[in-house]
Amino acid sequence: MAKIIVVTSGKGGVGKTTSSAAISTGLALRGHKTVVIDFDVGLRNLDLIMGCERRVVYDFVNVINKEANLKQALIKDKRTEGLYVLPASQTRDKDALTHDGVEAVLNELAEDFDYIICDSPAGIEQGAQMALYFAEEAIVVTNPEVSSVRDSDRILGILQSKSRLAEQGKQVKEHLLLTRYNPERVASAEMLSVADVEEILAIPLLGVIPESEAVLKASNQGSPVILDENSEAGQAYSDAVARLVGEDVEHRFLEMQKKGFLKRLLGGK
Amino acid sequence: MGIIDYFIKKKQPSSASVAKERLQIVVAHERNHRNQPDYLPLMQQEIIEVIRKYIEIDQDQVSVQLDDNDDCSVLELNVTLPDR
Repeated sequence: MAKIIVVTSGKGGVGKTTSSAAISTGLALRGHKTVVIDFDVGLRNLDLIMGCERRVVYDFVNVINKEANLKQALIKDKRTEGLYVLPASQTRDKDALTHDGVEAVLNELAEDFDYIICDSPAGIEQGAQMALYFAEEAIVVTNPEVSSVRDSDRILGILQSKSRLAEQGKQVKEHLLLTRYNPERVASAEMLSVADVEEILAIPLLGVIPESEAVLKASNQGSPVILDENSEAGQAYSDAVARLVGEDVEHRFLEMQKKGFLKRLLGGK
Repeated sequence: MGIIDYFIKKKQPSSASVAKERLQIVVAHERNHRNQPDYLPLMQQEIIEVIRKYIEIDQDQVSVQLDDNDDCSVLELNVTLPDR
């Protein structure tokens, strides 16, 4: 039976799709058969980040409407064994995702996969609610910035009241993933720290992804950043995936790298 | 931070601590309203209208809050009356 995990945030542009791509790739690299679903109907982008945009034939909505079967719509990742992408439809609007349709697709996927990662659209409307409704766990992607933290708290409220588990009187397991973290700016008190965000949102920390040039480079190339093993962001995602499957890994990249005495004296960046 | 910054640095709260404080307030406020029924804002509006028939008050002088305890809900209505 598959575990359904939603990657959500409320706010747009904080790194949901980047994180969905990295985490699903990381799970597959560890030998778990994984499918990542783009719920952003009308604004599909997971295919670009995963580098399979030219191989999209059928999509999620086609499967829901029975215009194609799952086998036809699933795209097998070329880089990572055991990883599949279910792209969103680019032409229809978000109401194309029906409750029963999504449930049927998830049930069919659950027979075959270990993990189902749902890449949520931004916002708190139907598309986002559909992405989180069936989830057992939620990765809340947050930037250390006021509007992102506030929106994350909103989405936590929705997880706690409008998810299927909440309706059954149970709890979705919540994880905080702090992205675009800049230890230098935290050290000079220009940015909320990990501890600040943890204190406000009060959910367990899954990982901290440092702001990194590798992320843009990876999306330019259509290759999930976790495959860039030399980058701090890639390593931080690997650690986060290890924690997600229950390993106890110490957090890295939280402290700023020490600058030389001269550099500090001259205020170099 | 350079040596010059060090000397001209003013004693102001850091922007991160301002952000944290603002967030704590707004998040606490919004959590209070999270589980409230949809009719509450409209009901609050109507209550204000009724009070206004008798006393001159502003919108923000009335607060309505619904607290859910285990088996009973408390509707709290707070009206700040103007000075005579």
